[in-house]
Amino acid sequence: MTRDEVLAMAKKNLGNTIIDFYEKSQQRVSIEVKPEDILETTRVMFHDLHARFQTASGVDTPNGIEIIYHWALDPMNCVVNVRTKLKRENPVIDSCANLVKATEWIEREMWEMLGIEFTNHPDMKHLLLKEDWPEGKYPLRRDYFTEIENKKTTESETNEARHD
Amino acid sequence: MTKRTIIPIGPYHALQEEPEFFKLHVEGEKVVGLEIELGYNHRGIEKLSESKHYDQTIFLVERICGICSTSHPIACVQAIEDAGDIEVPERALYIRSLIGELERIHSHMLWLGLAGHFLGFNTIWMWAWRYREDVLDVFELITGNRNHYAMMKAGGVRRDIKSEDIPAIKKMIGNLVKPLTLFKNAVVDDPVIHARTKGVGTLTAQQIIDYAALGPTARASGVLIDVRRDHPHAAYGLVDWDVIVAQNGDVFDKAVVRILEMFESLKIIDQCLEKLKTVTGPIDSNPREIKPGEGVGHYEAPRGEVFHYIRSDGTNRPARHKVRAPSFMNIVTDREAVIGQTVSDATIILAAVDPCYCCTERMAAIDVNSGKKTFTSADMIRLSQAKTEQVKKQLGAPGPQIKLL
Repeated sequence: MTRDEVLAMAKKNLGNTIIDFYEKSQQRVSIEVKPEDILETTRVMFHDLHARFQTASGVDTPNGIEIIYHWALDPMNCVVNVRTKLKRENPVIDSCANLVKATEWIEREMWEMLGIEFTNHPDMKHLLLKEDWPEGKYPLRRDYFTEIENKKTTESETNEARHD
Repeated sequence: MTKRTIIPIGPYHALQEEPEFFKLHVEGEKVVGLEIELGYNHRGIEKLSESKHYDQTIFLVERICGICSTSHPIACVQAIEDAGDIEVPERALYIRSLIGELERIHSHMLWLGLAGHFLGFNTIWMWAWRYREDVLDVFELITGNRNHYAMMKAGGVRRDIKSEDIPAIKKMIGNLVKPLTLFKNAVVDDPVIHARTKGVGTLTAQQIIDYAALGPTARASGVLIDVRRDHPHAAYGLVDWDVIVAQNGDVFDKAVVRILEMFESLKIIDQCLEKLKTVTGPIDSNPREIKPGEGVGHYEAPRGEVFHYIRSDGTNRPARHKVRAPSFMNIVTDREAVIGQTVSDATIILAAVDPCYCCTERMAAIDVNSGKKTFTSADMIRLSQAKTEQVKKQLGAPGPQIKLL
């Protein structure tokens, strides 16, 4: 199958779940879906399109928390970014780990770093942070380091000014 | 009832620098379960990167790993270039591939040496690492550094390769063929190595696909993925080379894939050097700003695909920088590979995915019932080496022979 056929199949199988479909270039495609459709989307990507799960990036933005699932279509030289936006107050999404084992660890990481809750995850516990990490503290959230960061920025700016 | 014992391996992985903590659940000699714990060396690089500007970010990611210290920068600059739609001059592409392949050779040699040590063939260890030094000498000649080369830059590379250096580099690369052939012959045909590694720690193609494992680990199980071929970047689409693949997915095939890959790397390096003689021009497109947007960069590191995601908000710092190293995907496969194997094979199986090497050894086996230390780290390796001795006796074979060059 060619790249265009595969993308047409993705569009057909995903149907109404697609909010936004955008081809940045021949190599990069971005699909936005609703959080409640993530399991179906993952199934289509993994089983129908035989895409390879690369990783997922959680991003804390002012408008909510975004997860971008990166899927590689290796034979077509293409990376599909499946994105979904969660509410900042209550970021909950279904876990894909029962469908695609490769997502298990990265979901654990996103949970502890960004506080995204994955329902039905088979083994949810800390991956990188220590076991007794305080609850409700998420290091990759924007507000976690605000104070420290402000201080650091001023310091590094004075340092840079000194070197100039 | 068989008593279940937990053997902790870690927090430093046996013989490797990477602090990982494996808990082997064993019944008698047989491994029945594996727990993996990470995070002993979490440095917060993703967060740190958000406070660096794009030029500094590349130096930062270079320090993620001391062995694949050019893989992360290549993936990172590609992500930045993808986000900012930056063109890279052709000459820079050849230099990128050249550095990347040299790194692959020295990384695979390092693995080969350690694998030899695990199995009790310290001659392989010493000689593999001795010839690895020759590769580092080439790095020193080209970049001025033996380990962190600082060659990558968004839009190109930092240093050019002078045409008067090319004959010397070619000669040094040519000198590597003989020792590599020596290792190939020593390992591939040796009956003792066969006995210790064939059918051990097997991963099926389906398991590879489920866990999305990468690099030589995947290719040894017959899954033909290689980012260099599938998503051509740097100069990989411009030179002639083959993807090495094997079918059985055991430790032996992983070793064979790595050894044969080194010869492909030599092929690529040779062609890149030839091209550098004729392809002239700038080595850097000097990008001045990164527009808002997002970019994905991936590169086939010695252990598999390194993945970088960069989101730019138009400032000079990334708004989000996600890094995924290949071992993140590969280490999970250990829990499939190691179950049902014996403790003496566990060391080499856990090492077979090459989970980023070098190392401090700190292993201890503790009997959960008495809480007493039963094995030390040295004991685990001794156990593995003793098994090789046993196999040698059974087969009446001496093991791989390294003839001095």
